Amino acid sequence: MKARIVVTPKKAVLDPQGKAVQNALEHLGYAGIQAVHVGKYLEIELNGADSETARKQIDEACRKFLSNPVIEEYHFELE
Amino acid sequence: MNFAVLQFPASNCDQDAIHALRDVLGHSARYVWHKETSLGAVDAVIVPGGFSYGDYLRCGAIARFSPVMAAVQRFAADGGLVLGICNGFQVLCEAGLLPGALIRNRSLQFRCEQVHLKTLTADSPFTSQIPPGRPLRIPIAHGEGCYFAEEETLTGLKAKNQVLWLYCNAQGEVTDQSNPNGSLWNIAGICNEGRNVAGLMPHPERGCEAILGSADGRFIFESLIHALQSGQLATAA
Repeated sequence: MKARIVVTPKKAVLDPQGKAVQNALEHLGYAGIQAVHVGKYLEIELNGADSETARKQIDEACRKFLSNPVIEEYHFELE
Repeated sequence: MNFAVLQFPASNCDQDAIHALRDVLGHSARYVWHKETSLGAVDAVIVPGGFSYGDYLRCGAIARFSPVMAAVQRFAADGGLVLGICNGFQVLCEAGLLPGALIRNRSLQFRCEQVHLKTLTADSPFTSQIPPGRPLRIPIAHGEGCYFAEEETLTGLKAKNQVLWLYCNAQGEVTDQSNPNGSLWNIAGICNEGRNVAGLMPHPERGCEAILGSADGRFIFESLIHALQSGQLATAA
């Protein structure tokens, strides 16, 4: 089983990386870009766990360690 | 006084802290490796600057789960004095010992320069010996020092007098220009509600001798030492 986790900065948090990428995209001539948010992607390979247990485990790890709830949001998929 | 200076893989201001405490201020200080589960007999803990665990995932995110941090949590819960400097501040925020978080500098640049700090209160073991009204000249060296917290947390910090230092100019005026990293409200350092745990992004340990550009950092350590000595006198009496 594999967990694909995406961690992004909360909307209220200043995201200078996203802003810099947005500026560069506009500089390259891409029009209509409203906002860019730069986050993280994590892939976790799991063995043994049933999907319910895995979901609980990954969710807890995201809350406790993989994201910082003060500044970040996360979501994940299991497959 | 006996200071413990934590050492994580890739701490790099641990030696500066030991030098300031031992050689400049004349106190005892020793390293405590991140795998230790006990701090031993210490009066205060310094969580030093650096790039603990390579700053992987988030600054301080991995260090905060190291065995020694459980001992620091207990020490802090018992009222022990803990000061986090730069990466140490990030570790303490990640550990939940201080509110908020430190994110990428607004400029995206790593900033390494002298800054000035305005001290907002003398009512803490970290600021009591700072001459009132005197801006402190202290160096910074960080890429992720932009202090962020939710509005509610910020209001709470202000109401409870937990903001210890703001970035200011040489005249002591708090301006946007004197903010090196985009920190909300120009916040450079804060303490917890119990006022025994504090963190700041600037490096007082690198500014304890005139030959290094400033000796103002001494006031912060002298405040800690003063608090410990007066506490001990109270206990002895």
